[in-house]
Amino acid sequence: MTREAPPFELLIEGQQTYASIDQKISSVVLDQKRHKKPWYITIGIAFLFVNVLMMAVGWLLYKGVGIWGNNIPVGWAFDIVNFVWWIGIGHAGTLISAILLLMRQQWRNSINRFSEAMTIFAVMCAGLYPLLHTGRPWVAYWLFPYPNILALWPQFRSPLVWDVFAVSTYFTVSALFWFIGLVPDFATLRDRSTNRAGKVIFAVLSLGWRGANTHWHRYEQAYLLLAGLSTPLVLSVHSIVSYDFAVSVVPGWNITVFPPYFVAGAVFAGFAMVLNIAIPIRKLYKWEELITLRHIDWMAKVMLATGLIVFYGYVLEAFFGWYAGTKVEMALLWWRFKGPYWWAYWMLILCNGVIPQLMWSPKLRRNLTVVWIVCFFVGIGMWLERFVIIPMSLTRNYLPSSDKMYYPTIWDFAMFFGTIGFFFFLMWLFIRFLPVINMFEMKDLLHKLKTDPTKPKKPVGATKTGGGE
Amino acid sequence: MSHDVKVIDPRYGIVAEFEDADLLVDAARAAKEAGYKHMEGYSPFPIHALSDALGFRDNRMPWIIFLGGVIGGISGYSLQYYVSVIDYPMNVGGKPLNSVPSFIPVTFECTILFAALAAFLSVLALNQLPQPYHPIFNAPGFERASQDRFFLCIEANDPLFDNEGTREFLEGLEPLAVSMVTK
Repeated sequence: MTREAPPFELLIEGQQTYASIDQKISSVVLDQKRHKKPWYITIGIAFLFVNVLMMAVGWLLYKGVGIWGNNIPVGWAFDIVNFVWWIGIGHAGTLISAILLLMRQQWRNSINRFSEAMTIFAVMCAGLYPLLHTGRPWVAYWLFPYPNILALWPQFRSPLVWDVFAVSTYFTVSALFWFIGLVPDFATLRDRSTNRAGKVIFAVLSLGWRGANTHWHRYEQAYLLLAGLSTPLVLSVHSIVSYDFAVSVVPGWNITVFPPYFVAGAVFAGFAMVLNIAIPIRKLYKWEELITLRHIDWMAKVMLATGLIVFYGYVLEAFFGWYAGTKVEMALLWWRFKGPYWWAYWMLILCNGVIPQLMWSPKLRRNLTVVWIVCFFVGIGMWLERFVIIPMSLTRNYLPSSDKMYYPTIWDFAMFFGTIGFFFFLMWLFIRFLPVINMFEMKDLLHKLKTDPTKPKKPVGATKTGGGE
Repeated sequence: MSHDVKVIDPRYGIVAEFEDADLLVDAARAAKEAGYKHMEGYSPFPIHALSDALGFRDNRMPWIIFLGGVIGGISGYSLQYYVSVIDYPMNVGGKPLNSVPSFIPVTFECTILFAALAAFLSVLALNQLPQPYHPIFNAPGFERASQDRFFLCIEANDPLFDNEGTREFLEGLEPLAVSMVTK
């Protein structure tokens, strides 16, 4: 499909040079006066919730997990719901930075850095929940295999142990990938700093990077291979998270569709969160020329596509329940549709199944307010999805003794909103102190767009290059 | 005269500054054709054609990373085998002690983890980073090598290197500036 693209479909807008790109991105770090009221207000609110989190965790450590609403038969509730939700949000970062790199999607260049940061912070939030859910987080190192005099080893046939390995590997690899990509940008910041403190700090962080061809050569080899390693990793992490459920015999959990359906849901929620953050910050820091409407449009399309996969998953869940032909699976289906939590199920269908369909319209995909609101609902919908899966299955089980309602307590909510605050607190610190957009990749992209003979001179970024459409 | 006094050559090389990536690639190609061997290009972003133009090839990285992955996979599986079969055999749900399918996820994660660590450490080690000092930073205007300028340095240890000749050669390549860099 070739079409005359309107001027807003560029990957980089305006008359840009290498220097103007550097200036636009690095001034957010180097010129601290660019941070005005909106930054302070947001981080202030976020910090408030960080305090709520600290209170919730402090009280939890003092009293124990009894302060949560979890009680037999519902041993897994908000903690696991939130864990899965956060891990899922993190996956968009890896998808953008690794999978789109392997597919040579150049539009990833302006959004990969901050979505990678999002990954790291989301995994930090996610990790808190299982850690605290153990009840005795101070002995959490028992989860790892290490030589000890207790004759204590992890039980390697358990998906929960797989989870420990998957999540800790995911965090480590994401952090390495992020840092190695930051090193050349630290060198740019070192060279652009005008004050001594900036020069010293960024000189240390840049490790003496000098942009030599040998450096770039090996950097590109490492970066590409790390992307190749992260791609199966990100798929494995959420598959393993879904095994926590799928490997059990609990009705509604024991379904083979879980791994792909969880991965699609993760990307869905993650892209929604990327958009929820990208839309305000591109306005706040005047990056409309670097994160263009074309980026927003494509991200909305990825969100729509993964949303449809997720919806297919909902249909299959219902089909499997019926096809299994067992009483308990059918009972669970009706429990979801018409039980006391019916509102959660139908809200989920509304948020994840109905509202994202607005994104079919090209006009609405370019309406930032609509996109933001849709993404917000997707965030809620994905949280509800995990709520529908986890406590609901546990309240309707094989034995009559399992028929018991689950009610969260105020501490469940405090912990949940606390981690949201913690996430935004870290995000906003990141925006202020590290380069949010990858400077050297943007310059590379600018160079390619300027010189690539296979593309028409204008509009530069608008030819169809493969994916995304 | 005393012949055991070693004179330290204070010259590191002669550096030419270019305005865009393609000029640097052309210059590197010309320098290679002129017979220079010890040279290096510096740029604010990776330029794929530059390695070819400079005649630089290094394929150790993929092998190191592959090796990391293999070691990771073997260690991951051996760890589980040792724990579940040798050190503390325990019947869990009637499964065999060596439960191969259940051991795959952890083996896979260890493979990825070790390969990624190998990638991270080898890119630093082979590039000899962190490196606090390097003579090229003495080049005038080199702070723009990480921003919007492209540099080609012909190093003093090149057999063809000669103060006047090399300078003249570089000046013929349409640079913005040519300067001597000392150690």
